[in-house]
Amino acid sequence: MDYFLIGTSLAKIAGLLAVVLGIMNYSVYAERRISALIQDRLGPNRVGPAGLLQPIADAFKFLLKEDFTPGHVNKFYYWLAPCLAMIPAIATLAVVPFGSTLFGVPMVIADINVGVLYVFAIASLGVYGIVLAGWSSNSKYPFLGGIRSSSQMISYELSLGLAVIPIFLVAGQLRLTSIVRFQIEHGWMIAPFIGDWTNIGKWLLAVPMLVSFLVFTIAIFAETNRLPFDLPEAETELVGGYHTEYGSMKFGLFFLGEYIAMITGSAIIVTLFLGGWHLPLPSWHGGFHWAVVNGSAPGWRGIIGGIFNIACFFAKVAALLFIFIWVRWSLPRFRYDQLMRLGWVFFFEIALVNIFVVAVIVAYISK
Amino acid sequence: MPPFLFWFFALMTLGFGAGVIINRSPIGSALSLVLSFIGLSTLFLSLNAYFISVIQVLVYAGAVMVLFLFIIMLLDLRAEERRKINVVAFAGGAAVALALFVQVYRIIGALGAARQAFPPLRSGNTDDVRRVGLLLFANYNLPFQIVGVLVLVATIGVIVLSKRELR
Amino acid sequence: MAVTVRRPKLNWSERLYLPAIAGGMAITMRHFKNMLLGRTKVTMQYPEERWDAHMPEYYRGAPALVKDASGRERCVACQLCEFICPPRAIRITAGELPSTDRFAKVEKYPYEFDIDMLRCIYCGMCEEVCPEQAIFLRKDYAITGFTRKEMVHDKEKLLEIGGVMHGLVLKWNEKK
Ligand code: SF4
Ligand code: SF4
Repeated sequence: MDYFLIGTSLAKIAGLLAVVLGIMNYSVYAERRISALIQDRLGPNRVGPAGLLQPIADAFKFLLKEDFTPGHVNKFYYWLAPCLAMIPAIATLAVVPFGSTLFGVPMVIADINVGVLYVFAIASLGVYGIVLAGWSSNSKYPFLGGIRSSSQMISYELSLGLAVIPIFLVAGQLRLTSIVRFQIEHGWMIAPFIGDWTNIGKWLLAVPMLVSFLVFTIAIFAETNRLPFDLPEAETELVGGYHTEYGSMKFGLFFLGEYIAMITGSAIIVTLFLGGWHLPLPSWHGGFHWAVVNGSAPGWRGIIGGIFNIACFFAKVAALLFIFIWVRWSLPRFRYDQLMRLGWVFFFEIALVNIFVVAVIVAYISK
Repeated sequence: MPPFLFWFFALMTLGFGAGVIINRSPIGSALSLVLSFIGLSTLFLSLNAYFISVIQVLVYAGAVMVLFLFIIMLLDLRAEERRKINVVAFAGGAAVALALFVQVYRIIGALGAARQAFPPLRSGNTDDVRRVGLLLFANYNLPFQIVGVLVLVATIGVIVLSKRELR
Repeated sequence: MAVTVRRPKLNWSERLYLPAIAGGMAITMRHFKNMLLGRTKVTMQYPEERWDAHMPEYYRGAPALVKDASGRERCVACQLCEFICPPRAIRITAGELPSTDRFAKVEKYPYEFDIDMLRCIYCGMCEEVCPEQAIFLRKDYAITGFTRKEMVHDKEKLLEIGGVMHGLVLKWNEKK
């Protein structure tokens, strides 16, 4: 048995989980603060300095509330559903490279060669939690929420899957670490012209890549049930949607699972389109060029580089989370038929055409 | 993969597979099938067939079974749960299943390949996505295209049928 | 009568919705920025900042008993306020003044005087009905407590809130 591998993997899992759960808690706080600021309010600012301890208070509130199970529910599935909502979101993180290397250990938990497909496979399991919650609650609003959710997720998974195919066409890889490496060498996916400024083909490529990025991001919004696609839990129409009958920490799992899904989604977007942990820094070694900071340098410079990469990755994720929140408090919710039309008539077609455009560019123009 | 993991997932696949038919509630059956698929995909994983394993989850557990669940949820399930077990039919079904099992067992046992150990897996990463793609689009391109057309026709057919129902 | 609302015809740039979405996002971003820079007038931070100085003249806060300039409790336990109080928040137990008292001719005084602040609706009827100008609604509004008992103001507490009031009619004083 390879004890080194097991040890480092456990350490990475623990570390990543700690960081992600921390981000999750503070994204709830950020959501409340940013929404407040957008609406000219102040938001939670009482617990601790500037309200920074609010997440802890929230956690205690969730834990100390009475854990009530309504009498009319299907007990087994009612208890199972919140777990099923949380697990897939966390499990997806296993293949995301969140840093270069630290102490010579690659900063990814499982570097499998079908990384992106794994992400989709696990993410597609996430719908079970919601569907089961809706069904087992034996009540009409959760049921409607569950049905909306399953059809919405299936519809948008298509655009999600089609939108990443251009990336594989360009990178020729499914392994997420290789995609990151490809982006470091050939420019980020949304800016493929970097480093190859005179190549017209690369500039042309940027257009479909941008389209693909937008479709993917919007589909992620739909997959994570965020506004403007929060039809499954539309408070004004469905009371609370699929988690209407839940309280206490069981509700907390749904609620926080949504934030974890947001973080995972952002992490995937960052990895696929925004260069992963890579941040180009200008350097001067007899000529101006972009240097790759990473953990492979010897000694303390490597350690600092590795930590810098991890920080870089999570900074990008945080920026995307801000956009998630910003969009939520700016846009109104879609109507259900609009949502379906958007998914099937627009995004599906756009993503499909995009694949052909990228294929033509990759095959003939940007050699 | 250590042997105990193989046994665990093999038993999981079989056990939940049995659960599909034993379970009285359709939702329970559907979820057992999902778990059985996940066990199966893990077994593929142990053969280094990452692509097949992930596709197994993505297509069957993630898409097909969600649709199944979707339909089951819209049905009235009570009738199925209330129905009494018909002992004669149950025994008959069990006998047929047993006969099938014996047949399959004997046929596989009669094959020479089943009696010797499989060659060990090649270690290292096989780029299985590329291989599947090459096989599909180079060697079996024509059948693949034909299947594609078939699926398209089926899709259009379904749309036409459902539209007629509405009118 | 059914009214058909004509939908506006959108040209293609409006049908794309993206400019409108960008516009909306810009608006929320502007609000966010102005708040961050402290340019927007914001929520008052209640326990630290208060609006007390701006309270209107007619504000009705907690009801309280007052003493007059000579230090006499003005209430004569006539119980009119107890009867008029719509939610029955007031409970008075009257007592007899001893004959040695300077104001013995008043005869009655409130031995106990409780107002249940959980019931009081701050209507001001007690103040209006009182023939003795003994009960007034003051400007105290932060009436809080941890128990129900704490929320019942007894006579002592009521007198403490009310304090001494000047310029009242002193009809029980001796003729000069
Ligand atoms: S203000 Fe109204 S409710 Fe309150 S004690 Fe006086 S009469 Fe009763
Ligand atoms: S407060 Fe006024 S109305 Fe009430 S009992 Fe005393 S004198 Fe009478």
